Amino acid sequence: MKNYGVFDIIGPTMIGPSSSHTAGAVRIGKIARSLVDDSFFKVSFHLHGSFAKTYKGHGTDRALVGGILGMNPYDERIKSSFDIAEKNNIQIEFIEDDLGYVHPNTVKIVFQYKEKDNYYIIGSSIGGGNILITNINGNEVEFSGNYPTILVKYNDRKGSISRISSILSNNDINIATMKVSRKEKIATMLIELDSPIENKIINKISLLDEIIYITGINSIER
Amino acid sequence: MFNKGSELLKLCKDNDKKISEIVIKSEMESSDITYDELMNKMKEVLKTMDKSANSALNKEIISVSKISGGNAKKIENYKDNGKTISGDLINSAMAKALSTSEINASMGKIVAAPTAGASGILPSALLTVKEKFNLSDENLIHGLFAAAGIGEIVSKNATVSGAEGGCQAECGVASAMAAAAIVELVGGDVESSFHAASFALINIMGLVCDPIAGLVEFPCALRNASGVANALISADLAMAGIKSIVPFDEVVDAMYKVGKAMPESLRETALGGIAATFTGNEIKKRFE
Ligand code: SF4
Repeated sequence: MKNYGVFDIIGPTMIGPSSSHTAGAVRIGKIARSLVDDSFFKVSFHLHGSFAKTYKGHGTDRALVGGILGMNPYDERIKSSFDIAEKNNIQIEFIEDDLGYVHPNTVKIVFQYKEKDNYYIIGSSIGGGNILITNINGNEVEFSGNYPTILVKYNDRKGSISRISSILSNNDINIATMKVSRKEKIATMLIELDSPIENKIINKISLLDEIIYITGINSIER
Repeated sequence: MFNKGSELLKLCKDNDKKISEIVIKSEMESSDITYDELMNKMKEVLKTMDKSANSALNKEIISVSKISGGNAKKIENYKDNGKTISGDLINSAMAKALSTSEINASMGKIVAAPTAGASGILPSALLTVKEKFNLSDENLIHGLFAAAGIGEIVSKNATVSGAEGGCQAECGVASAMAAAAIVELVGGDVESSFHAASFALINIMGLVCDPIAGLVEFPCALRNASGVANALISADLAMAGIKSIVPFDEVVDAMYKVGKAMPESLRETALGGIAATFTGNEIKKRFE
């Protein structure tokens, strides 16, 4: 028998009409924004499956835009996110797309820049406001955004995992989960932490020789 | 801790406490939160509920999909004309329930209770009773804890999801939560709260989930209006001394089994019921 608290029953306080279409979409957008350089001038949302079919009626479009503007899931400005984007000179575009064998509520968010290449993030809203980020600009990942998360790509060498994890433990940071995958000589590590990520930790890890890419994503409120 | 209605009832009786008091105590123990913190959190919840239940009464709020809206204001005006059939209280309650539903469908802020689709029922029920009996916000906050206790029991032993149990599990459970809370607020005993909750579930047992185009609007908003009426009359039935022959836990179990027996087309898939009517399908096409 699952346990329920008072606020699981009377709650969450949320922006309607549905947690998977509003809160989930805002959270995907917000995480995506936290992963990119915010000088983008245009954002294209490629909507897949039931997201593509129902986004207008459910307001998923406004929720996604609210997210890339940095709003939280309970922000009452989500309703007017299109106007706010326009005021900030951010162009918005929605494309119904087929993203392959992915969850029915999936979106690919492509950030476009004047002076550099596009950058994209793919995420799914999997119910009750929960999400999964599955791709960061071509890197396959899988994390929920419920915990502070560090994503590291590195040339796999002996001892890499322990070098990275000892930086964390030396700074008194507890690892909640850790996943490592490897393609040829390049490994990708996803670490979910119990405490917020500070820049100095990211900087320290990035000084290790083998690191190709590292980013820290703080958890996104529910 | 309590898992069943019978356990909650026993705790209340053994300690000579109200449902809300036991729920508050158990929440403090299980989530390691102080009394004041808990009260403040629920105060915030009540604030949001109060706002959503009133914001669409004087202003026409249209949904994001544009298929519905403006009905809370209609019924509020109608009530003010003094020619209602079922009386001011019921009409005012329906207006408040529709208000929250319309705020939800227009991407406004609401509190899921127990879900977003059924979010209009509990706020409206409590606010309506507050007006009639001159209750305080503190009273209402206690009412919310009593309601949560009923919702917890249903969640543990059955479901509050339309996809799993149909609308009886969303709007039905919201009405049951509200009915039990109302009885406590007007001074009924703990048994009567459980009878009221049972009546609310029995009255709509078998209600299917069939939202047009999968949007939480039609028939959802209507069921919030009828849901609050269900809560109010169930509380009256219990306050009159009528008893449910079948105890609450068994009613919950029956509701769960009925939900499981429903075909998938009647559980939030928008493939049956009102959603699958000719008009329902025509509206759906607009979003494809
Ligand atoms: S019909 Fe379905 S979606 Fe609408 S309120 Fe009832 S359970 Fe929720």
